[in-house]
Amino acid sequence: MTEYLAMGGYAAFIWPTYAVAAVLLTGLLVLSLRTMRQRESLVDSLRRDRGQRRAASTQILEAET
Amino acid sequence: MMHRFANPTRFMRVANAVLPWCAAVTAVLLLAGLYLALLRSPADYQQGETVRIMYVHVPAAWMSMFVYANMAVASAVGLIWKHPLADMIARASAPIGACFTFITLVSGSLWGQPMWGTWWVWDARLTSVLILFFLYLGYIALVNAFDDPARGAKPAAILALVGAVNLPIIKFSVDWWNTLHQPASVVRMEGPAIHPSMLWPLLLMAVAFTLFYVVVGIVRLRSEIAAARIRNLQLGMTHG
Repeated sequence: MTEYLAMGGYAAFIWPTYAVAAVLLTGLLVLSLRTMRQRESLVDSLRRDRGQRRAASTQILEAET
Repeated sequence: MMHRFANPTRFMRVANAVLPWCAAVTAVLLLAGLYLALLRSPADYQQGETVRIMYVHVPAAWMSMFVYANMAVASAVGLIWKHPLADMIARASAPIGACFTFITLVSGSLWGQPMWGTWWVWDARLTSVLILFFLYLGYIALVNAFDDPARGAKPAAILALVGAVNLPIIKFSVDWWNTLHQPASVVRMEGPAIHPSMLWPLLLMAVAFTLFYVVVGIVRLRSEIAAARIRNLQLGMTHG
């Protein structure tokens, strides 16, 4: 196991390569998913607000007439 | 055919349907690729164990160019047919391409030190890839400089298209100039000059990286579409 991890003396070059790729790609995936969820839930709440305001304004109109 | 998928709602319906499948296949291929790359493939007779850097470096380098080519095509479509979805595809791709290019540069450096005795040389291949990285960063900065991305679409598309000149320079730099970097050994006229025990993990990682681009691309595209909807809804609120 130790011999495997030593990678024939090149451990200091091989493992950082895999680590950098793993961290960057995972980070990109996580950040992209987070942004998507935040924006999509904001779209939903804005649409709900609009729906409520429309309902409210029609109520006012109906009360006036 | 083009027009069927050019509709954002219909496009997203198809994209969302393939997303979980793509994600699952990406994970499986990545695990299989890593297993072959780290445990099953042999050490190189010249380079020893450092050849394992190749299974990250080469697919990342392919992706850095493939994503840019995609961005350039999407930008051209956006410029010519003024289709917002094309501009969104270009914008969604840029950070993914930048990540792959950065991985290419770092892994190349980590491979160069033990094999060439230097982290970096200013030769044609390395320098043209560094320029590719700056093109991605410039594109991202330009897009973010506009409050409304739709207004920045044209200058961003022109930057992406002008930068595409760099792609053939990267590809053929190892043939046109003297360089420490080795020439192509997989994509060449005579067929791959690499043993199947090393070719398989390389190809698995390459397909996994490509599917990763599709997955993160769809996620980022949904973000772009949501951002456009947010802008429209907020405009509707202030004016209506």
